[in-house]
Amino acid sequence: MAKKKEDMVDTAKAVANKVVKAVKDKVAQVANDDATKEAVEAVKEATEKVAKAVKQAAETIADGDYVTAKIPEGPLAEKWNNYKAHQKLVNPANKRRLDVIVVGTGLAGASAAASLGELGFNVLNFCIQDSPRRAHSIAAQGGINAAKNYQNDGDSVYRLFYDTIKGGDYRARESNVYRLAEVSNSIIDQCVAQGVPFAREYGGLLDNRSFGGAQVSRTFYAKGQTGQQLLLGAYSALSRQIHKGTVKMYTRYEMLDVVVVEGRARGIIARNLVTGKIERFFAHAVVVGTGGYGNAFFLSTNAMASNGSAAVQMYKKGAYFANPCFAQIHPTCIPVHGEFQSKLTLMSESLRNDGRIWVPKKKEDAEAIRAGKKKPTEIPDEDRDFYLERRYPAFGNLVPRDVASRAAKERCDAGFGVNNTGLAVYLDFKYAIERLGRDVVEARYGNLFQMYEKIVDDNPYETPMMIFPAIHYTMGGIWVDYELQTSIKGLYCIGEANFSDHGANRLGASALMQGLADGYFVLPYTIQNYLADQIQVPRMSTELKEFAEAEKAINDKIDKLMSVQGKRSVDSIHRELGLIMWDFVGMARSAEGLRTALKKILDVKKTFWTEVFIPGSRNDLNVELEKALRLADFLEIGELMARDALNREESCGGHFREEYQTPEGEALRQDDKFSYVSCWKFEGEGQEPKLLKEKLEYEFVARQTRNYKA
Amino acid sequence: MEKTINIKVRVWRQAGPKAKGAFETYELNHVSVDSSFLEMLDVLNEQLIHERKEPIVFDHDCREGICGMCSLYINGHPHGPDSSVTTCQLHMRKFKDGETITVEPWRSHAFPVIKDLMVDRRAYDKIMQAGGYVSVNTGGVPDANAIPISKLNADEAMDAASCIGCGACAAACKNGSAMLFVAAKVSQLALLPQGQVEGAARAKAMLSKMDELGFGNCTNTGACAAECPKNISLSHIARLNREYICAKLQD
Repeated sequence: MAKKKEDMVDTAKAVANKVVKAVKDKVAQVANDDATKEAVEAVKEATEKVAKAVKQAAETIADGDYVTAKIPEGPLAEKWNNYKAHQKLVNPANKRRLDVIVVGTGLAGASAAASLGELGFNVLNFCIQDSPRRAHSIAAQGGINAAKNYQNDGDSVYRLFYDTIKGGDYRARESNVYRLAEVSNSIIDQCVAQGVPFAREYGGLLDNRSFGGAQVSRTFYAKGQTGQQLLLGAYSALSRQIHKGTVKMYTRYEMLDVVVVEGRARGIIARNLVTGKIERFFAHAVVVGTGGYGNAFFLSTNAMASNGSAAVQMYKKGAYFANPCFAQIHPTCIPVHGEFQSKLTLMSESLRNDGRIWVPKKKEDAEAIRAGKKKPTEIPDEDRDFYLERRYPAFGNLVPRDVASRAAKERCDAGFGVNNTGLAVYLDFKYAIERLGRDVVEARYGNLFQMYEKIVDDNPYETPMMIFPAIHYTMGGIWVDYELQTSIKGLYCIGEANFSDHGANRLGASALMQGLADGYFVLPYTIQNYLADQIQVPRMSTELKEFAEAEKAINDKIDKLMSVQGKRSVDSIHRELGLIMWDFVGMARSAEGLRTALKKILDVKKTFWTEVFIPGSRNDLNVELEKALRLADFLEIGELMARDALNREESCGGHFREEYQTPEGEALRQDDKFSYVSCWKFEGEGQEPKLLKEKLEYEFVARQTRNYKA
Repeated sequence: MEKTINIKVRVWRQAGPKAKGAFETYELNHVSVDSSFLEMLDVLNEQLIHERKEPIVFDHDCREGICGMCSLYINGHPHGPDSSVTTCQLHMRKFKDGETITVEPWRSHAFPVIKDLMVDRRAYDKIMQAGGYVSVNTGGVPDANAIPISKLNADEAMDAASCIGCGACAAACKNGSAMLFVAAKVSQLALLPQGQVEGAARAKAMLSKMDELGFGNCTNTGACAAECPKNISLSHIARLNREYICAKLQD
């Protein structure tokens, strides 16, 4: 592809030069009298203008309106093996001399830091919490996919690859997804060797469960705490390396910028959250695994400290931000219960196996419930609208996450929502209890029911649960090539933070798989291909002007924030942003709504920079300052999400544009126009970012329309 | 229609590790009983910010009971009066209208205060670094189903592995012992063939690190298990003792 583009430019330039020369020659021949001379000069001038325009156009194309991902040659199943067979490696003596910064200690960050430490690199690992074990990967409940085919139900690497591509609504890169499916089995082996206590059968072998979007049972799990157990596995490997001294751990540090020296990432600036001190760190390469940016919505299932700031820092230094509008909204979360609410809690997708989702058929019933005058148990069956079963008879309550979420919103918008807010639907286990008995239901979902009861104070065995969709995961993120390298040399991005392998919609139990694949089995290989050329590069001083300039910019920003001294708390402004995001950039988007969002976000941005109040000092532990710095970046991300959603005039996966739907209200992809990854390039503060594209070509699977009705 | 209560919150305020701390009492009205304890503190902080005062610093992150970051001593109990929950899962409906609620940081020698209610729990990481792992590198491991493990052992290992490392056990213990925390990891790995190879060395290394870091000894009072938000059983301490004694006998 790259070669083709260069050829195009050369041809265009040659043709333009030829034309100009031919015109000049003719001018010399015919220029006899003044009138002719004048006319001919005009032609010459015009021709030169055209030639210049042609050249410029050709160069623009070469300059990268299209982005290429450095995908290895060969058939799909051989690409990764070919890559590994021919990549460059670093010998053990040289590894010790190379420093690698890893930011983040979740599944991706911890597994990468531990694996690089084991290989012998000198690793600096940064953690925003007080311990690497707290990263938000820990909250994943359901499980992790792998193509082991232990169940003999027809699973294979190809099938896992295919399901992931299809689940992502054909907006993911084939070669990456295939590699992900390929290494999935090694992840399970690795975790078992670390002592991760996966669920087992009585015969002593590993158990599996089923998840949405697949016809096989390929999900490995550890009770409802799979993320916790996998993270503790990676944490134990990391602890071992810290003990050995190959990894140096910095807890309660937050990255504030990436430092680029002569076009290559050479370090970071970070804030010690306890002392408030800004510090500089050098490394030969920088790896960022800081998770997703779902907290742009204020209320999400993300942890309180989850943020998108590292992504914004990389973006502003020249890394492309890819598909920012692809965010996953999970249908089964505990609904918002008041304006003081700080976060939303997810209830596992597995509940939809036996629970039936409904709202009242009659508006007056919904109104009575909202007013507290009626209980859901008083609504007879014939007055209940099991809307998923009605709309999607083939899949019923088990439609994918994006479809279930939109259907709930549709009912609530139409005035049938329950809870005092009108923003909830019922998930009812009455029928499962009648069919299976309370004991079976308790054995399957007991821990989830207890969790629900602690929060809502309702007994789900007796009264239906209330659920509502919430932001859960972001498929978009920093653009990376096949090697997980961003568009800045030496800067890598892994896990949820990159734009990843999930296309426009992620399947359940695939986030854990991708985080660990990147950290254990992909990055430790691909980064060596870069580091092999860095062995001659000595450790640089952090006194270099690039470090000083980056630190100064941060100091200026902090001073500016501290000096506003307005009247608004950070959270109150963040809430305002969240509402705009939810209303206009949430489950259903339209050109008009997105334009409104862009305008409103600008207003909030203005409010933030003129009215925020940060108490305390910058040279101390200051939680409000931390939150303000993150909010400044969420405002940028919110804008980018809206801009990307506006550009993508189609509906696919989690991105639903109201203008692009079938008569039945289903998502309508526009493959001829939007079969690409949107890569946004920062063009300066206050400037519109430039849109570059990575073309998605499907060589090995045929695109289809997803259908869950029949 | 939303039910609310008026409360007084008596909070430990301490500007830094070396500073002298003191209790301060704040009045907070119209607290929704549906809000979580940490959301109540958010509202209180919002009120303090409006009064242009410094908000109360406390550790928290996932707010769904799994990250182990929240760490408050509420009315004399780690994670408050409700059982089997972390502070973030505790809700205001457990408190009465007009009540004064006392909030302190973890009270343990090995967890020094950083600011207000935030403490330094890196000692737990150091114990883990001393041996809380199986020494395998990435790659080159056998197939996951190569070694069958009895379901009973796997389930018990899972129960032990549920520990969230919050520190409530050491904070609850009158001796300031971290035995339940150490036992959870030693027991998990002792129950699995992958962990048994290094079992003896692990028990010794983790316990000696625990002693070195200033945690106290175990006198089997059981406060740790009673206050553990994840119901880690005392039987794991018994297994740890067995592992340790066997290891010492091998010396």
